[in-house]
Amino acid sequence: MPSKYMIHTKPVPNRFEPVSRSGIIAWEEGCLKCAVCVKKRCIYDVYDKRGIDSRHMIESIDNLCMNCYRCVQNCPKELIHKSLNPEFNAMGDSHWSPPIIVRLWKQSQTGKIPVSGAGYPGPFSGPGFDSMWTDMSEIVRPTRDGIHGREYISTAVDIGKTPEHLMFNHSDTLEGEVPSIIDIPLPILLKMPSFGTISSNTIKGWAMGARRLGTFIALPMEKIDSALEDMGGWLMPLVLPKGTSIGNIPKNAKIIEIPWTEEWQGVVEDIKGCFPNIFVSIRIPMAEGMDEKALSLARGGISIIHLEGSLMSRFMDDNTRNLKDGIRSVHMKLVEENIRDGVTLLASGGLAMAEHVAKAIICGADTVFVDFPILIALECRMCRRCTKGLSCPVEIDTASPNWVASRVVNLIGAWHNQLIEVMGAMGIRDARRLRGEVGRAMFFDDMDRAAFESMGQVEEGCELE
Amino acid sequence: MRTRSRFRNPIGKFRVNRTDDCIACGKCVEICPYGVHVERRGQVFVENNYLCVGTECPEPCYKACPVQALSVRRNPVFDTLGDFRWTNELLASTWYMAEFGESPSAGLEYKVGNSGGGFDKLRLIFNGNRSRLEDIPDDDIDVSLELNRRDDNAYRIRIEVPVYGGGMSYGSVSVTTMVSRARAAAALGTLSCTGEGGYPDELKPYDDHMITQVATGLFGVKEETIQRVKIVEFKYAQGAKPGLGGHLLGDKVTPGVARMREAVVGYPLFSPFPFHSVYSVEDHKKHVDWIKAINPKALVSVKVSTPTDVDMVAVGSYYAGAHIIIHLDGSYGGTGAAPDIAKKNIAMPIEYAVPKVHRFLQEEGVRDKMTVIASGGIRTPHDVAKIIALGADGVCTGTADLVALECVRCQNCESGRGCARGIATTDTELSELMNIEWGAQRIINMYLAWRKELIRILRKLGMKSIKELVGRTECLVHLDYM
Repeated sequence: MPSKYMIHTKPVPNRFEPVSRSGIIAWEEGCLKCAVCVKKRCIYDVYDKRGIDSRHMIESIDNLCMNCYRCVQNCPKELIHKSLNPEFNAMGDSHWSPPIIVRLWKQSQTGKIPVSGAGYPGPFSGPGFDSMWTDMSEIVRPTRDGIHGREYISTAVDIGKTPEHLMFNHSDTLEGEVPSIIDIPLPILLKMPSFGTISSNTIKGWAMGARRLGTFIALPMEKIDSALEDMGGWLMPLVLPKGTSIGNIPKNAKIIEIPWTEEWQGVVEDIKGCFPNIFVSIRIPMAEGMDEKALSLARGGISIIHLEGSLMSRFMDDNTRNLKDGIRSVHMKLVEENIRDGVTLLASGGLAMAEHVAKAIICGADTVFVDFPILIALECRMCRRCTKGLSCPVEIDTASPNWVASRVVNLIGAWHNQLIEVMGAMGIRDARRLRGEVGRAMFFDDMDRAAFESMGQVEEGCELE
Repeated sequence: MRTRSRFRNPIGKFRVNRTDDCIACGKCVEICPYGVHVERRGQVFVENNYLCVGTECPEPCYKACPVQALSVRRNPVFDTLGDFRWTNELLASTWYMAEFGESPSAGLEYKVGNSGGGFDKLRLIFNGNRSRLEDIPDDDIDVSLELNRRDDNAYRIRIEVPVYGGGMSYGSVSVTTMVSRARAAAALGTLSCTGEGGYPDELKPYDDHMITQVATGLFGVKEETIQRVKIVEFKYAQGAKPGLGGHLLGDKVTPGVARMREAVVGYPLFSPFPFHSVYSVEDHKKHVDWIKAINPKALVSVKVSTPTDVDMVAVGSYYAGAHIIIHLDGSYGGTGAAPDIAKKNIAMPIEYAVPKVHRFLQEEGVRDKMTVIASGGIRTPHDVAKIIALGADGVCTGTADLVALECVRCQNCESGRGCARGIATTDTELSELMNIEWGAQRIINMYLAWRKELIRILRKLGMKSIKELVGRTECLVHLDYM
């Protein structure tokens, strides 16, 4: 058994005061100056710990407040109130919602998985990955206890072509070519987001993060500068056939990507000519016709296919179709054609929570890319000011590479533990066996119809309550 | 019995403002049907803001005031409360029920939350032509539930309402909370459960109304505790963290908790997952046999979460013998600390699990030999009626009890000293924020309000007993399939 893969996290402070959902409003007028003010009795001492961030004039109290409402409910003159913070709800969009952003910040700060009491507070289901649940085991099937260390759950995955079987000759030595694969310790690759106030330091930090995690970061060739000289082994450059010269690929790069083109064979040959041992992944936009493209690549001997969905976790050409369904479709196509095991399927596009990793794999991906979460880890508020040429409210470009790397390691560390939680509950000990296990998932469309479809009859004169 | 909030300023949906123009004529005190205004020593005050029903008021004070000194607006604090499942309206209406023992008459949505699916998209449907049993007294409508469905020598246990208290351990909640729940259960003729964390002596007077839990950590489980009760519950999994074990953080392992659990003060306690001695139905039968050897007349309840094959788990439990209460704990419920990823994603919601199990047990011909209890997200009497119509016999509550005790669902139960409001804590100072008399009465009031609502619903459905409602899916309509 390989030694246990652990991601070492440690708290990394925020550089800016986070945006909180609600704020405290405390009036002074009419105050009775009680001997023991409710503010003194706060069990979290927030009124004592409060401070003002002088640079941004933001009060820290709203982030310290734990919402117990004791001061609100006990002040004899009802001078303390809470109210929603409009800035909070204005963050992000329908996919990158404020609660998701806040949770990503927290994980990047602490490296811990989000834990809370009092049940699940969210909606019943939602679009995309929110319309599926994962399975668990009890009584009739064992689970695995991976989190508390009593059992080993492997999250390692292979990138490249795994042979269907090995052949040995009479003297028990391996016959034929030794399979060539890249083994990464977790099914997560990093991917540079398509916007953001990103500096050379930011990219260096991400690459350092990838190195500490043992994975890769995908980024356009032109973003690779001298600061990344000794990082080549952790980069996954996107090589544009026209525009970038193959000669600029870092010498120690193990894997590169090229975008889909009808002439992919020629491009791959050119690259293999200079770098015979390099792995080449081909990016296919998640859009109409991708099944056939993936199939033709698989049949043509390409071992790594990257399905690229949109920022909102949808199809590139159709905002009503979800990444989840796109992955399932390509996966099933390859399974039907008996070629699935010859290909590593990578998926990207708007994966925003740890559960999306597990669910994308269940839907049929081998490994996923994480893009915007590595920007949100740096306190990005998804305000998109940068796309309009405006300044970044959290000055991401000024962050040091070390801080960037540690925040990303914390985030992915927390995600890794959550992946283990999900796998442990299912009783699955190897991430490679999670792939395509749709039988161990439950889909809203099937479940809801099975339970409620018959309940649509309303006769005339009936009253609903 | 009316049981007011423990806090000086209860939070309501509206706020009434009175300006200095008030001439203390007393008109508002006179007309307000809800007791918002009071008169003391010739002066008039807004004393009960939280009882104001706003624009739904039939006699609005702000219109009647001769000098326009009154205005009503929505309380901004109210909008900071609640979430999709437990909306601020559901919280406030549960507080109302716990105070008055009745459903709020106006101003609050007390029937459904805002989760956009399951219970919140299901509606009870009343046929206009069916007779509505208007003239039958409440006492003649039967909402009780017989738990032992087999004809043998085990205890016969009937609960007077189809609801009992789900397991919450000593450690996760305070002894005051536990005793309040137990005392309420005894007063109402139903049950409460110890959870997995020992069986405090304070619960001795209520032994006949207790269920004790045996779970993977076996914390506080002794021969004596098994013999004290009539029902023993095996917790194989819980909805809040299906497939994961229990976890009590070190901070909450106070000397009292450590003694009860035979553990060390300040060290976190893990209740592992799963029972490593149970990997099959036969193994489960061995567990049942242990209990039977120690307490031969006990009923055994099996608490399971809701995997894809929950129906197989249920029928397997049946064939393991004994007097089976199958307790399905859906994935959206739970009170204790759990990873958010587990609460949201692992296992199916109770609204799917119950009809699936009900149908499967019917097909196997064993449905009437088992009692099906549902939990995990039951918030209102309407949820109770809906889940029974989907195929359960009764329900367990957890969070609803805590809300009756004025939980605001801040979700910080697990951290530091525990609940700042003294409910889910073992911190001695915080536990003193609440006393047993108050707690018991709040829960009794809430259950009584639920009982009244259930009787009203049954009457409208033309049913004399809640047993008639079990599995009657034609009494439900789902808004998405209309």
